[in-house]
Amino acid sequence: MSIQEIENEIVEEFEMFEDWMQKYEYIIELGKSLPLIDAKYKTEDKLIKGCQSQVWLHSELNEGNVLFTADSDAIITKGMVALMIRVLSNHTPDEILNAKLEFVDKIGLTQHLSPTRSNGLVSMIKQMKMDALAYKVKAPNP
Amino acid sequence: MAASTTINKAGTPIADRIENIRADFPILSRKVNGKPLIYFDNGATAQKPQSVIDAVDKCYTSQNANIHRGVHTLSQEITVEYEKARVTVQKHLNARYSHEIIFTKGTTESINLVATSFGKKFISKGDEIIISVMEHHSNILPWQVICEEKGAILKVIPISDSGELLMDEYKKLLSDKTKIVAVTHISNTLGTINPVKEIIELAHAKNIPVLIDGAQAVPHTSVDVQDLDADFYVYSGHKLFGPTGVGVLYGKEKWLNEMPPYQVGGGTIKTVTFEKTVYADLPLKFEAGTPHIAGGVGLAVAIDYVNEIGLDNIAAYEHELLVYATEALQKIEGLKIIGTATKKASVISFVVEGLHPFDIGTILDQLGIAVRTGHHCTQPLMQRYEIKGTVRASFAFYNTKQEVDEFIIGLQRAIKMLK
Ligand SMILES: Cc1ncc(COP(=O)(O)O)c(C=O)c1O
Repeated sequence: MSIQEIENEIVEEFEMFEDWMQKYEYIIELGKSLPLIDAKYKTEDKLIKGCQSQVWLHSELNEGNVLFTADSDAIITKGMVALMIRVLSNHTPDEILNAKLEFVDKIGLTQHLSPTRSNGLVSMIKQMKMDALAYKVKAPNP
Repeated sequence: MAASTTINKAGTPIADRIENIRADFPILSRKVNGKPLIYFDNGATAQKPQSVIDAVDKCYTSQNANIHRGVHTLSQEITVEYEKARVTVQKHLNARYSHEIIFTKGTTESINLVATSFGKKFISKGDEIIISVMEHHSNILPWQVICEEKGAILKVIPISDSGELLMDEYKKLLSDKTKIVAVTHISNTLGTINPVKEIIELAHAKNIPVLIDGAQAVPHTSVDVQDLDADFYVYSGHKLFGPTGVGVLYGKEKWLNEMPPYQVGGGTIKTVTFEKTVYADLPLKFEAGTPHIAGGVGLAVAIDYVNEIGLDNIAAYEHELLVYATEALQKIEGLKIIGTATKKASVISFVVEGLHPFDIGTILDQLGIAVRTGHHCTQPLMQRYEIKGTVRASFAFYNTKQEVDEFIIGLQRAIKMLK
């Protein structure tokens, strides 16, 4: 599936929720089910510090696709991280760099991406794109 | 009214007129995320009564001019208003002279002013400055900077697990090398009310001046700087129901006279030539540039408002809220209150086992309940308790027990969702 298709799928899923409670319950569930980042990557240099919550992000290149794993100390942040990974992980650097991530707005969770939330999410997305860019630059020309 | 006889200060008990008081604060009737706002983040900043909003508005709509400068009527009028505000602040703190009141932009600037100016003149290599482990970053960093600059040493008073200063340790820290003590009156994270009078007495026995950070104290209790014998007392207008961007530094005349100016420029001088500048007398010596005029005027109106309600009434009412909320919180499984001093203001910090404060705050926000989460600008204190942060509810006199009930229900709901 393309990034856009995954985004659409998430938007459809969220349309089924009747109120904010269900939405948050779902995000919390996602947070609980996110496969933890390998402990050896939970290091200071993988840490994206928000004032309120922290995110660890690891990426690697696998057959031209970038794989992301991540973790957070706060469960709601972790749920949002899980959504981001579902959308962006296992795509080519170009696809990741071009992703607009409009689904966040459509599912009514934009406030989690406002820089004032200081939950580390904005910085995480930036880091995901920077990683993608780094892989793109390093890749041998076809 | 029977209850009023037990309150000897002016005004009816708050519980009897809570609806009227709440109506004075327009923001309290707004909705957040579709729910009526429950504002429990008063420690961060307090809401403003209509009288303060009107006073600020009036400054700009019909009184605006610069102060201390013009011969024209507007300038004279607003100068009189601004200086009246200074007298209101003076009386509120019971300072001896109005020129001992310096308007600043807030607690942070007041402390920076003292650390810089006092430090420049009185602190040298090997000297010591005493603070406590429960200080706000604003009462740590300015001292760290001056220590670094001068080669002085920062000494820190430790606390007990309940969040009370270890006074014996404090006594041991006081020495011939100590040049100043700077501690908070009330902890913004723990709510602890520190024995500032005793702290000052002990320091004065060794001729050491003391700065008290009153940011969290003035909204909750009456302060008498002469009775305390404080050398410096600082606070922010915005936590006292006044405008943001205005604050107070009270300093004893003798210190302020001896200290060099903090910032220089327009307003701080008597005469300027390129060879020599003669500085103005207090308080202008410390008030460089055009100040926050409407802020000062608004702050005085906020003080009038608080006085009308009565600080004794406020303290009694908030104590009731504190006890009520504490009892309810203690019943929640896995919840631990951080800061259990015997003398506390209406500030409650807590953690819930296995849950991140940020998650709790996010769910409460969905319910229209505003609390603070995180380290509250007191990271060393978080390190002392070995926690990352807390959820903090801080009450003002316009909060109610019903709101506390809603908050407890919301909190239980958040815990259930997150567990
Ligand atoms: C105890 C204490 N000191 C200092 C400050 C800083 O106040 P301001 O940001 O208004 O300068 C605060 C505000 O949170 C505080 O609670």
